[in-house]
Amino acid sequence: MKVFTLLRRTIFAALLVPAAALVYWTLTGEAGPNPIDFITDTTGTTALSCLVLSLTVTPLRRLSGRNELIKLRRMLGLYAFFYACLHVLTWSVLDWFFDWESMAADIVKRPFITLGMTTFLLLLPLAITSTEGWIRRLGRRWTRLHRLVYVAAITATIHFWWVVKVDFRQPRLWALALSVLLGFRAWWTLQARVPRSSAGSA
Amino acid sequence: MLIRKTPDIRYSEVTPKGLYLRRREFIHAAAAGAIGAAATLSPVGTARAQAQGGRAKLPNVRKSAFSTTEKINPYEDVTGYNNFYEFGTDKDDPMRNGQKFISRPWTIRVEGLVKTPGSYDIDTFVKPHALEERIYRLRCVEAWSMVIPWVGIPLADVIKRLEPLPGAQFVEFTTLLDPKQMFGQRIPVLDWPYIEGLRMDEAMHPLAILAVGLYGEVLPNQNGAPIRLVVPWKYGFKGIKSIVRIRFTDKQPRNSWEVANPREYGFYANVNPTVDHPRWSQASERRLGEFLRRKTLMFNGYGDQVAGLYSAMDLRRAF
Ligand code: HEM
Repeated sequence: MKVFTLLRRTIFAALLVPAAALVYWTLTGEAGPNPIDFITDTTGTTALSCLVLSLTVTPLRRLSGRNELIKLRRMLGLYAFFYACLHVLTWSVLDWFFDWESMAADIVKRPFITLGMTTFLLLLPLAITSTEGWIRRLGRRWTRLHRLVYVAAITATIHFWWVVKVDFRQPRLWALALSVLLGFRAWWTLQARVPRSSAGSA
Repeated sequence: MLIRKTPDIRYSEVTPKGLYLRRREFIHAAAAGAIGAAATLSPVGTARAQAQGGRAKLPNVRKSAFSTTEKINPYEDVTGYNNFYEFGTDKDDPMRNGQKFISRPWTIRVEGLVKTPGSYDIDTFVKPHALEERIYRLRCVEAWSMVIPWVGIPLADVIKRLEPLPGAQFVEFTTLLDPKQMFGQRIPVLDWPYIEGLRMDEAMHPLAILAVGLYGEVLPNQNGAPIRLVVPWKYGFKGIKSIVRIRFTDKQPRNSWEVANPREYGFYANVNPTVDHPRWSQASERRLGEFLRRKTLMFNGYGDQVAGLYSAMDLRRAF
């Protein structure tokens, strides 16, 4: 138990590092000649990392049999939302400085922005309903609602894919990781179904 | 001191093929041994030490009326934020991975529909021309921009000297292919080597230059040492770096970005706020160092000088 608490706190602290580093680098000029672009990219990749990390929790728990791991899931999901917020704020405040017209045009006209916005809007209700109260209130529906996280992970990955000009190595890695993680779930779902149907036919 | 003479040979003396071949062998011999001695001679030649890491001033650089008076971006922006995929796709990769790049000795091959084909040593190639400072805006297709004090020679003068044949309608440039030094070329993000081209009348325009320096100093590796193209009214990717071949042709060259994605990048690549990149708007740009975006100007603000080149064209289609 103690080890797990330590693990949880370590992960919590580690995931604050990107945000702290961004502030520090920006203030010291180490964010490079185009800090806004740097901040956009860093917050975006961190959001996606947290999102994908949150999807590793259930498989790890199943494989290891350690149920307490589930407590990490909400934290990772909320971190994903936190960095997504920073990312969207960077875009609207630093990049466009509240130029609503241009931003609206981009959301409509640029598929990669449309998907970014879609991802953000998918994460929003998940973050809101992440509290104990909402979990109780929604019951089974909570589980179903939170399956949206799969959609969000997919749209985020495509968003990344469409940002890239020609060097697809990074989004390809994310797509691969995501395929494995979603693959686990698909397989388990199938496993759960097969015995039933074969029993029926026997 | 035969070596000392090499870079002093005037272009007109070089043309006979025999002589030029002997010179080539000679340059190779020099490279093997006495690089340093030859280096001190031509203005660009002073750079040899610089290629090994230092920064060397270029002598006798003239000012030019083509320069903008806008605020110049700091040296750190110009040399630390580069798209030079031969050294990696991140903006600071070229600065880091380009440090050990050997840009001297350097040979430029001239080929195709031209009276004077052959291989030219970089110093011989540049020597006949006076160096000029050209402070230009650079607008990247990614919607950022900077102001850079280039040092270079007018491309038109070089072309006139090389004497293209009447059939030559385009000039094609090629970057060095050397995956051993250019790590980025080990990854097929583009179809290496990098190729760019200009229509002959564009290439002859007085704004187009071959740059061999910036900030009054020899061109740093990450900016395309030892010699690169600068065409200020076009997106930055037109500015091909580390040029080893100049070919005169009657066919429109297939430039690397157009080959990579013809829907997003064209041959002309003129800065045009009214024709968006399919994935982002080109109407505005971020000047590095500024917070608010600024409006992008047609032909990057060089419309008065260059619009005439395109008067009969539909720039939506020829983007
Ligand atoms: C309204 C919502 C969003 C907008 C407007 C938006 C916009 C952008 C922009 C402008 C870029 C930079 C493109 C460039 O560098 O040229 C970007 C990159 C990125 N975004 Fe978003 N985004 C949104 C939501 C999200 C969300 C929710 C995620 C992840 C959960 C995400 C993940 C990423 C990633 C991974 C990158 C690539 C970073 C890189 O190039 O290294 N975005 N986004």
